[in-house]
Amino acid sequence: MNIENLIPVTALCTYYKVEMPFFGHLNEMGLIEIQIIEEIQYIHPDALYEIEKMIRMHQELAVNIEGIDVVFNLLQKIDALQNELIAVKNRLRLYES
Amino acid sequence: MAFIDYYKILEVDKTVTEAEIKKAYRKMARKYHPDLNPNDKEAEKKFKEINEANEVLSHAENRKKYDEYGENWQHAEQYESAKQQQQYQRSSQGGGFGGFGGGGDYSDFFESMFGGGSARGGRRTSQYKGEDISAELHLDLKDVYTTNKRTLTINGKNIRLTIPAGVENGQQIKISGQGGEGINGGPKGDLYLTFTIENHTNFKRDKNNLYSTVPVDLYSAILGGEVTAATFDGKVKLTVKPGTQNGTKVKLKGKGFPIYKKEGEFGDLYITYQIEIPTNLSEKEKELFAELAKLKNS
Repeated sequence: MNIENLIPVTALCTYYKVEMPFFGHLNEMGLIEIQIIEEIQYIHPDALYEIEKMIRMHQELAVNIEGIDVVFNLLQKIDALQNELIAVKNRLRLYES
Repeated sequence: MAFIDYYKILEVDKTVTEAEIKKAYRKMARKYHPDLNPNDKEAEKKFKEINEANEVLSHAENRKKYDEYGENWQHAEQYESAKQQQQYQRSSQGGGFGGFGGGGDYSDFFESMFGGGSARGGRRTSQYKGEDISAELHLDLKDVYTTNKRTLTINGKNIRLTIPAGVENGQQIKISGQGGEGINGGPKGDLYLTFTIENHTNFKRDKNNLYSTVPVDLYSAILGGEVTAATFDGKVKLTVKPGTQNGTKVKLKGKGFPIYKKEGEFGDLYITYQIEIPTNLSEKEKELFAELAKLKNS
């Protein structure tokens, strides 16, 4: 991906009023992936939706990084279960119709 | 427009301190925050209520006004007139949760007392993300066999949309930035679109696989032959092996439904043979079947 399509972490810090170490910790926890190009840290735009969620949890709910990790794992499980529920409901329709 | 008991919403007494209100608010926000309750309308509603309650009770001046006029909110306007000279400035000081439309989506009661914006007076104006919108799109199974473009009108806005082939019944997609307008220059909300796929075909669908039943005459089942079977995009001729049993299944690889977002890849079609037993036999046919039975038993 071209560098101009990536978002500098410093820009996110300014926009969301978050300090740099916050992103560093998220990166260490494996919750986001920071790319370093010429000593500048970048985030892929596809990750923005999840990052916004993490920032809201941190700022609005005072959830720490470890807590965010736990919440995201549980949300992923909910998501997987919801998809499974949709598949099971659709399969049930096979026998009901 | 009914009176809203903000203390009851936050489950606190009227005598609580500001710190206790903050604590109660945070506790409830953790329970009902939309990020933690995806696609839960009840939680979203509850979250807006506690957000509104916090907007009022966590600010001393507004709490005082609410306590004084709360149940007689109709008099709040007079109260406002009396305080006009104070040039009450309706802008947010932060601290409220607005990320899901909570920043601008208040009850009529709230707006009657405090106006349309945030109840807090302050210097800094917070930006809020616009409200997320949910919509349902009904499509026929045939419509989602191929990728197609649609223009939807949602909340008066025309939204051009590409619906990838193979979308599932009940599947939800997020269209970023197509929700409500942001507040104070905040980003737009998102549109969550849920598909309801109606099936009026003779095929049953399970994810990417299709299932159908094809009748096979008795003689072809016993002696072997050919049958024509419908697939989703045309007809195919199938060879029926001699001695085929009722309920025999055959798999037509790649003749199922398109795999979502995997262009050119398809599931399989499973055909079940249903052997048709002849009825209304002529005398001659009955004789011949009787002869066959005799042969079988001899």
